[in-house]
Amino acid sequence: MKGALTTVPIYKEWDIVGARQSGRNMAKDLGFSTVDQARIATAISELARNIYLYAGQGEVSFEEVQGDTPVGLKIIAKDNGPGIDQISKVLEDGYSTSGGLGAGLPGVKRLMDDFDIVSNENGTTVTVVMWLR
Amino acid sequence: MRIPILKLQDYLLVSVQIELDDQTAMQFQEDLLNKIHESGATGVVVDLTSVEIIDSFIAKVLGDVVSMAELMGAKVVFTGIQPAVSMTLIDLGIHLKNVQTALDLEQGLVKLKQELEEK
Repeated sequence: MKGALTTVPIYKEWDIVGARQSGRNMAKDLGFSTVDQARIATAISELARNIYLYAGQGEVSFEEVQGDTPVGLKIIAKDNGPGIDQISKVLEDGYSTSGGLGAGLPGVKRLMDDFDIVSNENGTTVTVVMWLR
Repeated sequence: MRIPILKLQDYLLVSVQIELDDQTAMQFQEDLLNKIHESGATGVVVDLTSVEIIDSFIAKVLGDVVSMAELMGAKVVFTGIQPAVSMTLIDLGIHLKNVQTALDLEQGLVKLKQELEEK
């Protein structure tokens, strides 16, 4: 069973804030704790910034998912950018090509329960899920 | 959006009351350094009680402004970091080791005084 899909396009820097606010509201509606809401919003912020920084544009979608028992919030961050050369590198703490902290993707992986990344020359899609505890 | 920076004797006080986007954070960095330069303040307290999200970019900007202020001769203390924010920062692997913190504004001022008297 799946809930409604909400999609936030990422074109400009301010869309990063818009995406994380939408995600946070959805997490709140689903009953996530304050801390998990912050985790979800932070993960969205990192993913949306990656889209803005490395691909220029893309979108972040939110979807309610239901497993066997728990309810989860799935976030899909998708762009048609150049793709990531070495995925294993970008999942290492401290690796950055933009002068950042290199905390983004490895951080998102720790913040969320499920993490999946697909990247090729047609773009990058990161899918993450947090399950309601 | 600009974050107001108040002067109190030798200190600057900042209370961040809005959600920090990248542009606002960068602007704040510049504004704070300019204000330190103009006012000759030796200490700064930045209260983050109302801030609900600090992601890796904002953390970098905030961490950098501490080092930048230090180069100019001013100490910066962050106060009021929320439990959820502290947990997500550690999840992100961001420890802000060079940053002085205190529970609230009052303790932040006490900490600044101590730090500055030690010098």
